[in-house]
Amino acid sequence: MADAKVNRLNLTEKDYDGAPSTMCRGCGHDAISASVQRAYFENSIDPRKVVKLSGIGCSSKTPAYFLSQSFGFNAVHGRMSAVATGANLANHTLLPIGVSGDGDTSAIGLGNFCHMMRRNINITYIIENNGVYGLTKGQFSATADVGSVMKGGKVNDIPAIDLAELAITLGATYVARSFSGDRKQLTPLVQGALSHKGSAILDVISPCVTFNNHEGSTKSLKYVKGHLDPIHDLDFVPPYENIEADYEEGTDHQVEMHDGSRIILHKLGKDYDPTNRAQAIQAIHGSIAEGKFLTGLIYYNPNRKEFAEELNLCDMALAELTQDDLQPPLEALERINADMMK
Amino acid sequence: MDTPLINDLNICVATENGSGSASSNNILFKAIFKMGIPCSSKNMFPSNIQGLPTWYQIRASADGYLSRKDVIDVMVMFNDSTAAKDIYRVRDGGLILYDDSTALAANLKRDGVQYVGFPANKLVAKLVPASPIRAKQRNMVYVGALAYLFGIDMSVIKAVLEDTFGKKPAVIESNLICIDAGYQYCKEQNFKQNIARLEPIPNGNKGKIITEGNTAAALGAIYGGASVICWYPITPSSSLAEAMEYYLPRLRKPKDGKKTYAIVQAEDEIASAGMIVGAGWAGARAMTSTSGPGVSLMNESIGLAYFAEIPSVFFIIQRGGPSTGLPTRTQQSDISLMYGASHGDTRHLMLIPHDMNSCFDLARQSFNFADRFQTPVFVAMDLDLGMNLWPSEPLKLHQEPFDLGKRLTAQDLEEWTKAGKKFRRYFDQDGDGIPYRTVPGNQNRMASYFTRGSGHDADARYSEDEHDYKYILDRLRKKFETARKFVPKPIVEKERGVKTGIICYGSSYEPVREARDRLKARGLKTNHLLIRALPLTSEVMDFLAEHETIYLVEQNRDAQMAAIIKDENPELGAKIVSVLIYNGLPTTAGEVVAQIFDAAQSAQPKTA
Repeated sequence: MADAKVNRLNLTEKDYDGAPSTMCRGCGHDAISASVQRAYFENSIDPRKVVKLSGIGCSSKTPAYFLSQSFGFNAVHGRMSAVATGANLANHTLLPIGVSGDGDTSAIGLGNFCHMMRRNINITYIIENNGVYGLTKGQFSATADVGSVMKGGKVNDIPAIDLAELAITLGATYVARSFSGDRKQLTPLVQGALSHKGSAILDVISPCVTFNNHEGSTKSLKYVKGHLDPIHDLDFVPPYENIEADYEEGTDHQVEMHDGSRIILHKLGKDYDPTNRAQAIQAIHGSIAEGKFLTGLIYYNPNRKEFAEELNLCDMALAELTQDDLQPPLEALERINADMMK
Repeated sequence: MDTPLINDLNICVATENGSGSASSNNILFKAIFKMGIPCSSKNMFPSNIQGLPTWYQIRASADGYLSRKDVIDVMVMFNDSTAAKDIYRVRDGGLILYDDSTALAANLKRDGVQYVGFPANKLVAKLVPASPIRAKQRNMVYVGALAYLFGIDMSVIKAVLEDTFGKKPAVIESNLICIDAGYQYCKEQNFKQNIARLEPIPNGNKGKIITEGNTAAALGAIYGGASVICWYPITPSSSLAEAMEYYLPRLRKPKDGKKTYAIVQAEDEIASAGMIVGAGWAGARAMTSTSGPGVSLMNESIGLAYFAEIPSVFFIIQRGGPSTGLPTRTQQSDISLMYGASHGDTRHLMLIPHDMNSCFDLARQSFNFADRFQTPVFVAMDLDLGMNLWPSEPLKLHQEPFDLGKRLTAQDLEEWTKAGKKFRRYFDQDGDGIPYRTVPGNQNRMASYFTRGSGHDADARYSEDEHDYKYILDRLRKKFETARKFVPKPIVEKERGVKTGIICYGSSYEPVREARDRLKARGLKTNHLLIRALPLTSEVMDFLAEHETIYLVEQNRDAQMAAIIKDENPELGAKIVSVLIYNGLPTTAGEVVAQIFDAAQSAQPKTA
């Protein structure tokens, strides 16, 4: 057997393995886990610096299936955003990734999700979006499209929440959409998210092969494949690689990340500048009107501080501070006592 | 006429909220304190910002009692809308102070009380130019009137104004003018009263401080090392988080020129609980403050923290029940809610302060308990403790090292590896029910694990196995039993041969202390036990066993603490006679005495 490829930390992709998956055979979520694992490997990120968080649902089980050397926390339904916020405040030197589903994020956890993005918490947040509750066996979620049909024939008549649009509106600073079946697009988008400082939201359409893969469903494998609307082809270039070969003046757009890496966007149709917020929202609306899934790096804002920086937290993790750092001197209490005598 | 009592007086000021009376009442209270007289204050305020009735009671007590006094000696009637009732709230022979330049005067029809009218509105109109603050200055006039009537020297008032508004001479001056006008008017009219006189006690309050429990607890949390504070505004707990916001930048020295704490106003209590669970998991000393409705919303995360064994501290400032109406009144009615918070089998540690120093000290210690036992810890306070001003000995810092419990560093794990020991996150290595713990960021290869709620085995692997689940549940119970030996012991005051015992906790302590003196004066000697923590310690059961009759005083309808005792020991618990006070007001000694005498009488064997 040939020597396995190693990254800059001298780790093989196998070093980023997790426990065996317990998803249904053919589930899109497993493909996403594989892209996530690849992205960490390619970006040469030390798994011991990563924390994996999730809520409840099929998707929320998946952090156990990659990066077993990282700490993980499968929390409660809809609360991953809040738990991740706390973990990030306690130790902002770690790199959090959250995996959630459309029920966990767009229904029960919508409030906390919105406020996490308002704060621009530093996290890679992946929604494995299939329009259906899998773990409770097939109820519509809040991302189910109008007219989509449930397995038993029930038709959804309430408009879907578009999580990418919501993310842009509420202050997320890296917003992408992709499809679990398109690893070529998904992996560089995850790599970009991992390089970003701030809330990076990836809405990944990931068909549920058990409860939402039938005729009439707008999130079935067949339907999604036939309605993808990619903005661009993209390549992720780590900071240590020469990029010039891939970049074509005029037709390509280049996005610089906080850590020096770049995403090269190869134009497919119209010019698209992901830093233009209004254009991004317009593009989503246009795509919805055509019944399509807009994919690619939809929005990027490199200028907003992530929350720990906004709060001006010290360089050392709060969790590592000692009594010397945290307990004020006795004299300070004596001064307060003296003030309270007045 | 009776001779006036010395330094024994209960003044009730009835005003509308938002009228500026908070400032006048504060000055009056602090003036009495400055005279060296033992005194306390109780603010009974509405859930509203402007225009609803509010009452502020200031009690001077030569005997040093700090609880709300049963009877009102003096009513300052400055709220027309409640005057018809207020007039009957003052005791027979009491005094009613009112503004005789308003329409109110025509309604003063009750006999048996002394009326002292003074034209507050007119005086203020003469002294203060027309402005939005003129109406507020009106309240300063009663401060002057009371000062004259009861003997507070104007120099003391002036000193309090200087303490309060030190850097604003114009404010001091304008207040002083109005106070003095009230004083001089009463002097000119030669008003007299024979209820009480306030006489300075040299060095009487020397070395004492005045503070609220929420401030004391906030300081305790800061000294205890709180570094992640997530909260959502809710009365009566908001002032705890706000005190932290005020003191943290003043007390914590920066590191790298930056902050050593994160304080976040969350979007709701669901989020604030989720955040502190995340922060506790990642190794920070994390806390939130809230009251009953917040606990309800936090329930799911509390259960998660219990099962996943995550240190987290919840300051609960108890108040009346749900929604609107009683949020600004005091209760001890969330004891059961806290003790068994969340789903599944849970039992939680609870620390119960009863005065300013214990608010400070138990707040500090709560983080040690949370880390040692890797579990949510409740600090159970209430509005009376949290928001009223209490005189107290200065806050005292017990200097002891932070107890991080069984938290393993990368280096610890290296030594474990050398010694052939394996890190097992949820395994009872030491037989005390407390497992070892690592936190994210630990670089040792053995350190990481995957945290889940109910479905894990001793090695933190996913498991739905019945034996694994039962192992975790039984170990959690064992951990709770270990905690029983560590939590603060009750304070017991007892004499040999006394057969009646009184048990109470929290803010009931002060009224019970006074009630015991009154009972003694009427021939009933009592011993006392103050519960300071849950789980109950053995001293509580001993005390129950040692006494023939036990009264348990608590501020709720359902005898919640009694139920906890009965659940643990039905036989001893059966001895408890509950004294329940749940009208939303701070408990008085009179209420305790009355219920105990009623109970004692109905327990007497009937003679033919």
